[in-house]
Amino acid sequence: MSERPDYAAFPDAGGHFGQFGGRFVSETLMAALAELEQTYLALRDDPVFLAEFDRDLANYVGRPSPLYLAERWSRELGGAQIFLKREDLNHTGSHKVNNTVGQALVAKRMGKPRVIAETGAGQHGVATATVAARLGLKCQVYMGAEDVERQKLNVYRMKLLGAEVIPVSAGSATLKDAMNEAMRDWVTNVDDTFYIIGTVAGPHPYPMMVRDFHRVIGREARAQHLEQTGRLPDALLACVGGGSNAIGLFHPFLEDESVALYGVEAGGDGIETGRHAAPLGGGRPGVLHGNRTYLMEDADGQIIPTHSISAGLDYPGVGPEHAWLKDIGRASYVSVTDAETLAAFRELTLVEGIMPALESAHALAYARKLAPTMGKEQSIIVNLSGRGDKDIHTVAAIDGINF
Amino acid sequence: MSRIASCFEALAAQGRKALIPFVTAGDPSPAVTVPLMHAMVEAGVDVIELGVPFSDPMADGPVIQLASQRALAAGASLQGVLDMVAEFRQRNTTTPVVLMGYLNPVEAMGYETFARNAVAAGVDGALLVDLPPEEAEAVAPVFREQGLAQIYLIAPTTTEERMARIAEAGSGYLYYVSLKGVTGSAALNVDEVAVKVETIRKHAKLPIGVGFGIKDAASARAIAKVADGVVVGSALVQRIADYADQPDQIPTQVAGLLAEMRAAMDKSD
Ligand SMILES: Cc1ncc(COP(=O)(O)O)c(C=O)c1O
Repeated sequence: MSERPDYAAFPDAGGHFGQFGGRFVSETLMAALAELEQTYLALRDDPVFLAEFDRDLANYVGRPSPLYLAERWSRELGGAQIFLKREDLNHTGSHKVNNTVGQALVAKRMGKPRVIAETGAGQHGVATATVAARLGLKCQVYMGAEDVERQKLNVYRMKLLGAEVIPVSAGSATLKDAMNEAMRDWVTNVDDTFYIIGTVAGPHPYPMMVRDFHRVIGREARAQHLEQTGRLPDALLACVGGGSNAIGLFHPFLEDESVALYGVEAGGDGIETGRHAAPLGGGRPGVLHGNRTYLMEDADGQIIPTHSISAGLDYPGVGPEHAWLKDIGRASYVSVTDAETLAAFRELTLVEGIMPALESAHALAYARKLAPTMGKEQSIIVNLSGRGDKDIHTVAAIDGINF
Repeated sequence: MSRIASCFEALAAQGRKALIPFVTAGDPSPAVTVPLMHAMVEAGVDVIELGVPFSDPMADGPVIQLASQRALAAGASLQGVLDMVAEFRQRNTTTPVVLMGYLNPVEAMGYETFARNAVAAGVDGALLVDLPPEEAEAVAPVFREQGLAQIYLIAPTTTEERMARIAEAGSGYLYYVSLKGVTGSAALNVDEVAVKVETIRKHAKLPIGVGFGIKDAASARAIAKVADGVVVGSALVQRIADYADQPDQIPTQVAGLLAEMRAAMDKSD
C-alpha cells in the first residue's frame, strides 16, 4: 500500500478492516449485534460513560500501570533498552480486566442481568467473574475441558468469585470450542444475556469495542516513554493470541511510523512442525467465529487443532485488525517456540524478579532475540500482559514437580 | 423452472406441504448417505437438506455437532458431499437437494469453483448459516450466475425491515428458524410461529420453510398448517446416531420416522 491509511477510519461501518472482520453470524444474532453496535457507538462518545470507565480503570483496576525499565535484563542482553508495560500489576493480574470493566459497563447500560464469557488461560474468565461480582451480574464462563485441567487455579478463582465454570469437551476442548459454546448460549439467551468476548475477535462490533477498551495500554505507554526518555520507542512487542493486548499497545502508535510493531505468535514446537498456534505465520484467510481473518485450517476449510504451552494463545484465529495490519505491512508477526518461551519465563523471573504469564513470555522471548540486534540508545516496549502465578503448575510439571 | 420452484408449485397445486429432512452428509460414514437419500424420497420427502460437516458448527446443538464429528472422522469433505449428490442424481433427477453448512469450507474451495461444481453435481441451493446477506456481496452474484439458489434464514429476532431485505436477497425458499437457540432445542411455540410466518409472507413471495424444534409427527403436522415446508433435523440425526454401529439399518429407521410425519402432514382434519 503506497499511501498511509487513516487508521482511525477502521473498521468501516460494516466492521471491516480491508477484507477482514465483518459480521459472519447466524441470523438470530444479527439484531443483538446491531443493538450492541448502536449502544456502543453512542457510549464511545459519551463523556459520562468515558468518565465512569476512566474512574474504574484508576480506582478499581489500579491504572496507570507502570512502564518499567528492565535495566539489568537490558544490560545482559547488550542492546536496546527494554521497557516493560506492567499489565501484570492490574487487578486480577492481566490486561484482560480493561476490557471486562468496559464491557460490563456497556452490559449495565443495556440492562442485561447475565453475562457469559469464553476463556482459555482463565484470565479473561477471572476478569469477567470479577466485574460480574462487583456489579451483581449472574456469570457463566465456558472453558475448554483441557484448559480447565491445566488452569485449575483460575477455575477455582472464578468459582470463589461466584461464577459458574462450564467445561466444554466438544471438538478440541480448548479456547475455540469454548467460544463456539458461548455463541450457542448467546443465541439461546440473547434477550437477557450479554456476551463479554475476551479478545479482539468475533463479529463486529467486538474487535473495535475490545480494542477501544485496551487502547489505554498504548496511550499510557506512549506518554510514559516520552516522559522517561524524551522520545518514542523504536519497537513495540506483544504476544498475540486473539490479539487484544497487542492491539491495545499498538493502536495509539499506528501513525508513529518510526515505531516498529511486532506481534509474537505461539510457535509451539516450531511452525515447520505444524504443531503451533500461529495463524498469521502459518495460516490463511477464512471465516470463523463471526469474522474473516487468518486461520489455521486444512485444505478443506476445516479448523485444525492448535498447540501452545500457553492456554491463552491456543487459538486458531486472530483478531481481524492484526490480519489487516499484517497485509498492509504496518506490523510484523513473528513467532517463538514453547522452549524459547520457557527460557524467557525463567530468565525474567531470575534477572528482574518478575514472573510473567507464559503468554507474555512469548513477547519476552522475542525481545531476547531483537534487543541484541539494536543499539543501546534504542528502546523497546514489551507488553507484560499478565503475571505468571497461574502458570506455576505448568512450569512445575515440566520440572517434574507435583504439588 | 428450477427443481425447487417446480417442487413447491406442484405441492401447492395439490394443497400439500413440503417435508424437508436434514441429515449430515457422510454421517456416520460416506457409504450411508446416498442410500439414505433414496430411502427418504421413498418415504415421501420433497426436498433434501444435506449438512456439510464443519469442525466448528457454532449454530448447532450437540446432536448435529456430533454428527459433524462422526462424518469428519470418517473422512467427509465438501468435495465428497458434492460427489454424493452426483451419485444420487444418477437415479433421481427431480428431488431438490440443498446444502446446508458454514462458509469456511466454501471459501476454501472458492466461491466460483464451489458454485460450478455444486450445480454440475445436481445441487439446487445452498444455505450458509454464518453468511448473512450483508456479507454476501461477493458470493451472491456467483451463485446467481451459476443458478444455485441462495437460501437465507429468518429468525425470531429478525426485524420486519430485515425480513424484507432477506426476502429480496434470497432465492429458492426462506427458512424460518422457529426459536432462539441452536438446532435440536426443545420448545416450539406453534402460535408464535404462525404469526411470524404471516408477517414474513407480507414481504416475501418465496415459499417459507420452518425448522428447529420439529421432532415428531404431531409437531410436523402443526407446522405444516402454517408454513409451506417443514424441516426436520436433529430428530433424524439422533436416530442415525442411535444406529451408528448398524449402518444398514439407518435408511429404514430414518424413513420410518419420516413416513409417520408425512402421513400426519397429509391427513385431512
Ligand atoms: C496474560 C495474557 N496475555 C495474553 C493473552 C492472549 O490474549 P490476547 O492476544 O487477546 O491479548 C492472554 C489470554 O488469556 C493472557 O491471559
